[in-house]
Amino acid sequence: MTLTLRDVRKSYGSAEVLHGVSLEAEYGRVVAIVGANGAGKSTLIKVLAGAEPKDSGTLELEAFPLDLKGPSDAIKQGIHTVYQELSLVGELSVAENLLMGQLPKRYGFVDWQAAYRRAGEILEQIGFAGVNVRAKTKDLPVAKQQMVEIAKALVTPPKILVLDEPSAVLAGSDLDSLFALVRQLRQAGTLVIYISHRLQEVLDIADTIVVMKDGMFVAELAPHATNEDDIIALMAGRQIDQIYPDRRTSFGEAALTINSLSRPGEFEDVNLQVCRGEVVSVFGLVGSGRSELAETIFGARRPAAGTIEVNGQPSRFKNPAQAMKAGLALMTEDRKRTGLVLGMKVAENITLATMARSFFLNLTKRRNDVTQMVSGLSIRPDNCASMEAWQLSGGNQQKAVLGKWLLVDPSILILDEPTRGVDMATRVDIYRKIDELAAAGLSVLMVSSDLTEAVSMADRVVVMREGCVVCELDAATTTEDEVLAHAIGGNQ
Amino acid sequence: MMDNSLDVTFRRGRLEIRGRDVTMVVLLAIAVVALMIVAVPLTNGVFYTGNNLTNLMRQMTTTGLLSLGMLFVILTGGIDLSVGSIVAFSALLAAGLSLRHDLPVPLCFLIGAATGAVWGAISGSLVARFKLAPFVVTLAAMTTIRGLCYVYSDVPIGPKDPGFKALGAFTFKTFKVSGSTLAFPATTLIMIGFFILGMVFLNRTSLGRSTIAIGGNRETVRLAGISVAKGIITAYVISGICAGTAGVLLASRLNNVQPTLGTAYELDAIAACVIGGANLAGGRGTIRGTVMGVLVLAIMNNLLSLRSVDTYWQSVLKGLIIILVILLQARSRQRG
Repeated sequence: MTLTLRDVRKSYGSAEVLHGVSLEAEYGRVVAIVGANGAGKSTLIKVLAGAEPKDSGTLELEAFPLDLKGPSDAIKQGIHTVYQELSLVGELSVAENLLMGQLPKRYGFVDWQAAYRRAGEILEQIGFAGVNVRAKTKDLPVAKQQMVEIAKALVTPPKILVLDEPSAVLAGSDLDSLFALVRQLRQAGTLVIYISHRLQEVLDIADTIVVMKDGMFVAELAPHATNEDDIIALMAGRQIDQIYPDRRTSFGEAALTINSLSRPGEFEDVNLQVCRGEVVSVFGLVGSGRSELAETIFGARRPAAGTIEVNGQPSRFKNPAQAMKAGLALMTEDRKRTGLVLGMKVAENITLATMARSFFLNLTKRRNDVTQMVSGLSIRPDNCASMEAWQLSGGNQQKAVLGKWLLVDPSILILDEPTRGVDMATRVDIYRKIDELAAAGLSVLMVSSDLTEAVSMADRVVVMREGCVVCELDAATTTEDEVLAHAIGGNQ
Repeated sequence: MMDNSLDVTFRRGRLEIRGRDVTMVVLLAIAVVALMIVAVPLTNGVFYTGNNLTNLMRQMTTTGLLSLGMLFVILTGGIDLSVGSIVAFSALLAAGLSLRHDLPVPLCFLIGAATGAVWGAISGSLVARFKLAPFVVTLAAMTTIRGLCYVYSDVPIGPKDPGFKALGAFTFKTFKVSGSTLAFPATTLIMIGFFILGMVFLNRTSLGRSTIAIGGNRETVRLAGISVAKGIITAYVISGICAGTAGVLLASRLNNVQPTLGTAYELDAIAACVIGGANLAGGRGTIRGTVMGVLVLAIMNNLLSLRSVDTYWQSVLKGLIIILVILLQARSRQRG
């Protein structure tokens, strides 16, 4: 029993993004697909899910050729797909989302008791118990929403399950539940196609690792016969010797000081300090109040109590514009929701935060600024300025958002999940840029749920748990295990 | 590093120039040209007489101004249902100030048009500051302002000052076309002036760009340190000024203002924007598309009137054409 792809090709406009992809995958295996952004992973998934028609090539399931005319065809064939973007209806309960279109009925009316029971059973079966089936999904933390999303694909057991970056918003025990589930599915004979940027977890969980580059499969590896460095080199097409830059050693005076900052329900009594030229990371699991803290410092939310000092000056920002004037910049965690205007040109996105400095747009300056950012951050393609933002791949979108904030020329840069859903090559580019700027005196506060990043990129690690800062560690001497232990706390 | 070659691709009924979908603009241009060609046999040549073309320009003036203002509001993701009522209020006020208070005509016009800005500022503030739904706010404004029109005067006002109708009647005469003189109404030129200003504002100023960005992604704009409220209020004020000006120009042309003036004009304005490719969800729409939308509607109305098609059937046809255009747009918007 196999899934076979032969010479699958797909073009958008005049650009071919899949140049003849072939794969043979047996049921009851975990096949991981890794590759840089823009390598064609998302397109491949869409073809598999029936969301995009392939241009040529064949798709065979158990030796029968498949002609998928739409997502419903794929689902009928037992191919279920969980996309990176959540597709839940926020106003509806977990149970309604799970059982959409198949709510149990009694005398023609929805039988809510049965629906909640059934939804609870489904979640328990797959090891995701602990999600309130009656809660509106929008009220759940992102990690739980992601789990509901995955559960949705499992209401009827799939033959093939495609998971696109399922772990991007998971950490700790949630991540363990996901891995347990994947192993359980493999045991039951499901073919799991697992797309992830986290190479360590791919090495842990996959039976086969397929490396994709520029629309082609360039290697098929067995996890025990390879390592992270080899995979990164294959993905990038070159050797990347060092992911994280060396640590800086000397810092200036305090640039940002936060004293007992609170917003009830989000974070309490937070104290922290970032010096000039220092990178401080804030690590915490999803729901620990990190992003809310970042937005509050930036004036996008009002603090209930506490003070913020910028370069020794007490500051109360009423809005982001005031924070920007004081030299702050915030790169938010969700580039599509809060980082970009997807329907506008890349050039306009990059200059969005700076354009209001003059009433009439200065188009010459804009062109120069954009060119500088596009080349300085190597945003691809290099003629992207006149493209609309949605046309860029995720990693390049992220770089465009970073470019927008660098143009502001901040003295304090807050980064919320700077490499979320971003490939290794882009990560390295972003890390180098941050390091270069920090060396030149920029203060960086980096919120991250990527443990390795939080420890390796920073000079100091501030650990948050349930809205409180639990400890502050010297990044040079601490370990990932120590940081995680503090973040998880009592469960340890 | 800019690629200057004209990269034109045509795939699956979609025409792209340098990666930008221009299908709709080209289709609309074709529609306008086609309408202008079929106009000859359809009207026995009457369409291309100087008189009719002048008339067509007059008819276009009001819809044009209202559509321009409406476009800004639609770009922010809103809608302005109050423009028809503002037309009536500004027209009545200008006429009333002249007839009842003997104010000088230019001052009457100025005050009339400026009240439009006030209405816009009120609606815009309610939408922006209290985060109310634009549809509901402007629906309430529509009813309120219409009511105030009747309060002000439930009978038509016809100003006696001969200067009042001078602006609406003034034309720049050019040459004869098929037996009658083609004359450019001053009011139409004012509308064209508004469009040029609108285009500069929308494409060349940061406040103008922010209206589009707000419609595209409000939160991104807010976090970029740009005042969302300012952008939204600006859009409604522009819409109000356009409607107020349209009202004043109409009052001058008619020289007799009814409190029912402008009823349902907001619908034509919305239709013109939508035909021109504006997305009612905000963030997408162009002035050039809106111009096309105005042209299509005006030429169509003109043709149907010349053919003496029943006005009820005109309305039916208009509705069907709007649906057709939106269907075509939906097709062209589907992308990978």
